[in-house]
Amino acid sequence: MEIDPFIFRLSIFILSIFVGYYVVWSVTPSLHTPLMSVTNAISSVIIVGAIIAALAGSSESIFEISNIFGFLAIILAAVNIFGGFLVTQRMLQMYKKKKK
Amino acid sequence: MSANLSATFYLISGILFILALRGLSSPETSRQGNYFGIAGMLISIVVTFLSVGNFGSGFVYVLIFLVVGGSVGAFIAFRIPMTAMPELVAGFHSLVGLAAVFVAISAFLKPEAFNLGYVGNIKLASLIEMSLGAAIGAITFSGSIIAFLKLRGIMSGAPITFKGQHFLNLILGLIIIFLIYYLCISQTSNLFWSLVLLSFLVGVLLIIPIGGADMPVVISMLNSYSGWAAAGIGFTLENTALIITGALVGSSGAILSYIMCKGMNRSFFNVILGGWGATEQNIEGQSKEQKPVKNGNADDAAFLMKNASSVIIVPGYGMAVAQAQHALREMVDALKKNGVKVSYAIHPVAGRMPGHMNVLLAEANVPYDEVFELEEINNDFANCDVAYVIGANDVTNPVAKSDPQSPIYGMPVLDVEKSKSVLFVKRSLSPGYAGIDNDLFYRDNTLMLFADAKKMTEEIVKNL
Repeated sequence: MEIDPFIFRLSIFILSIFVGYYVVWSVTPSLHTPLMSVTNAISSVIIVGAIIAALAGSSESIFEISNIFGFLAIILAAVNIFGGFLVTQRMLQMYKKKKK
Repeated sequence: MSANLSATFYLISGILFILALRGLSSPETSRQGNYFGIAGMLISIVVTFLSVGNFGSGFVYVLIFLVVGGSVGAFIAFRIPMTAMPELVAGFHSLVGLAAVFVAISAFLKPEAFNLGYVGNIKLASLIEMSLGAAIGAITFSGSIIAFLKLRGIMSGAPITFKGQHFLNLILGLIIIFLIYYLCISQTSNLFWSLVLLSFLVGVLLIIPIGGADMPVVISMLNSYSGWAAAGIGFTLENTALIITGALVGSSGAILSYIMCKGMNRSFFNVILGGWGATEQNIEGQSKEQKPVKNGNADDAAFLMKNASSVIIVPGYGMAVAQAQHALREMVDALKKNGVKVSYAIHPVAGRMPGHMNVLLAEANVPYDEVFELEEINNDFANCDVAYVIGANDVTNPVAKSDPQSPIYGMPVLDVEKSKSVLFVKRSLSPGYAGIDNDLFYRDNTLMLFADAKKMTEEIVKNL
């Protein structure tokens, strides 16, 4: 019997939750704010769906309602991607060790 | 690009995202981690373009929108002051939530573009996944907006409660489940729209009863939700990068919520249901009688600290409000010149988001190896000459250890009172967020410095 592809994705999902659990517990508490901003940035990989939605159909039909929602989602996700990674970078630059 | 090849690249993106979080285990590796994250994002976006393979006029528009959104994001990232980080993160969460809703709507309107079947005949599993993605996304969006407004001070931080609130939320939650069920049976678009609208409403109702100082929990919880929303969409799109990321972000937010709740010794549900605030009034009445406090000025404080051999600084939300972190660092520099050993003690729930104080201190060029967490430093108070409490209150209250009747009993607190003398910078004797009097004010070894945190610290610097 063939295995439903859904089960494969579910396996990836559940294993990733475990990976996330262990990785996040090892994050030092002083970096919890950058952790939030970077998780925010990477969750904007949802832009993948937005791009598919925006480019669906032929060139004449790119301004159908479903495409427009795609374009709007691209803007939102792009704000997040650039904003999230850059603000994280800005924060991380500030963490310095004692000058010896 | 073949489906198998692009799936492989999405997997690589997912792994890069894991490495991005892994990097945060120490400040040295964190910057490299961030580059991994950026690389993962770049791969995902390029692979998506190649696998869609539509480079017509639509592609140009996509690039334009990417640049527009990207510039707005970059502009915000460079301009935002570090004290505004909590509301920035809340704002960003709302965008992820809304993007998830939009992608779900798009998939519902044009399922064939995503290989999910046809309008009116969408695959059952996909329909469930996109409904969940849309519902969680909508809750994340409106909830984050409320959190943003509260953190920004546009909306009062006071909890908004009314009778039957929890019952209403329960009913709305059940209606959402029924809507998803009937949507799967009938595939009617009206049900889908009602689902989205109702979820927006639930997001608002969930966050309004939660007070300002509980925001660290709320913001972590919304972080988690944004991850689950992304995972829901990931299942719909059968996209590995999104599924992995969603799971990572979801569990990250959940762990942070847990750490924050533990920092207050409260259960997650107690926070979410807006626990504190209702029981406070009766306690406040008892402690109205005037107890003597010792009142000091900047001169006294400077004298005490100059002659100390070790000083521990306890910053709290008040430091962020007064923007006192730079003045504080100047004070510490002056103390160090006098040969005083200085360290910083951070309570897990100090500030309005996890790690809030650490970022502010880093911004003021405080080396991170002088900053310690509660467990690392709590034993040192007994051997320390002066504790300088600036903008913190409830997290130093010894009542949490001694009075089982107190609402904060059992909450881990910094043992500030064990140090030889305590300098407590505060504007007045008013109780903190928990609405209870701080026993520390009336102790013999406490000197109250009634002033704005920044002004007082600057005064002390002048006197050193």
